[in-house]
Amino acid sequence: MLDGNAIAGLTVDIFGVDMTVAVATCARCGSHGPLAETAVYMRGPGVVVRCRHCDAVLAVVVERRGVYCVDLSGLSALEAVTDEESRIST
Amino acid sequence: MNWRVGIVVDLRAETDRVASIALRLAGWPGHRAGQHVDVRLTAEDGYQAQRSYSIASAPDDAELVLTVERIEDGEVSSYLVDELRPDDELELRGPIGGYFVWEQSLGGPLVLLAGGSGIAPLRAMLRHRLRSGSAVPVRLLYSARSQSELIYRDELADAGRRGGVDVRFTLTRERPDGWQGYDRRIDRELIAEVAWPPAERPLVYICGPTAFVETAADALLALGHDPGRIRTERFGPTGG
Repeated sequence: MLDGNAIAGLTVDIFGVDMTVAVATCARCGSHGPLAETAVYMRGPGVVVRCRHCDAVLAVVVERRGVYCVDLSGLSALEAVTDEESRIST
Repeated sequence: MNWRVGIVVDLRAETDRVASIALRLAGWPGHRAGQHVDVRLTAEDGYQAQRSYSIASAPDDAELVLTVERIEDGEVSSYLVDELRPDDELELRGPIGGYFVWEQSLGGPLVLLAGGSGIAPLRAMLRHRLRSGSAVPVRLLYSARSQSELIYRDELADAGRRGGVDVRFTLTRERPDGWQGYDRRIDRELIAEVAWPPAERPLVYICGPTAFVETAADALLALGHDPGRIRTERFGPTGG
């Protein structure tokens, strides 16, 4: 198991920007935090992103012949942060 | 994000299983300390394999350095550590990742906690701190199994002799005679001893294998550190 940092490049492929600083909210338990802190499994045929608190599947990404299939139904929100430095509490 | 080709200009064996690869890249846009790159290998038959590696050099360094640990049965890491030679070409893209980064403007004080090859991005941060003339105080705790598995040992020890940087090692499995450092796996007590207290509001970066990162992060939270000032990155094989 890795974490969301490992899919930074993948999020650039899919969203056009790095989404690891975006705040992900779990549709099942409601916990939220940076995508970088989620649990990521890359050993299977695709990438599975899980909630670190309740283990629910947040996202699944599968690539086939250069086309990405993206399932984000486990997320109730994925909010990009424009000023990423505001992510560090002061 | 475009793939680009780097030329290997230097290879250095850091330990029996770890090598640092210095690359020259035309038109490299620069990176922030803590970011990584994706490396892609292509076989003659067109088969491709891709992995992520942290950048171990500072943005202020002349060459881009990747420090790679050979994973058992790792098809990419074994090629990079054992087969790569100077003047070879290496395909990569980046820099990638906006979360596990430190730059001077983020301030400190800094606590850096490294397990095994997780030292690589933290070394980039430490070099950036030294090269940019920052006065942010740093405490680094680096855990490895034995002295021979410590990466950048001399460089880190040197950094620790400068003002404002406190470097400590812990060896979890084997220690040489007369070892002066710590001799156990990280736990709450060890972290409380090394890190500034929560009232100092340190900015904490933890990088290493998942179990190391979880133990360190849980200990910091139990000690009362602000989760918003703790950043983590977990290292590990992703299937070879």
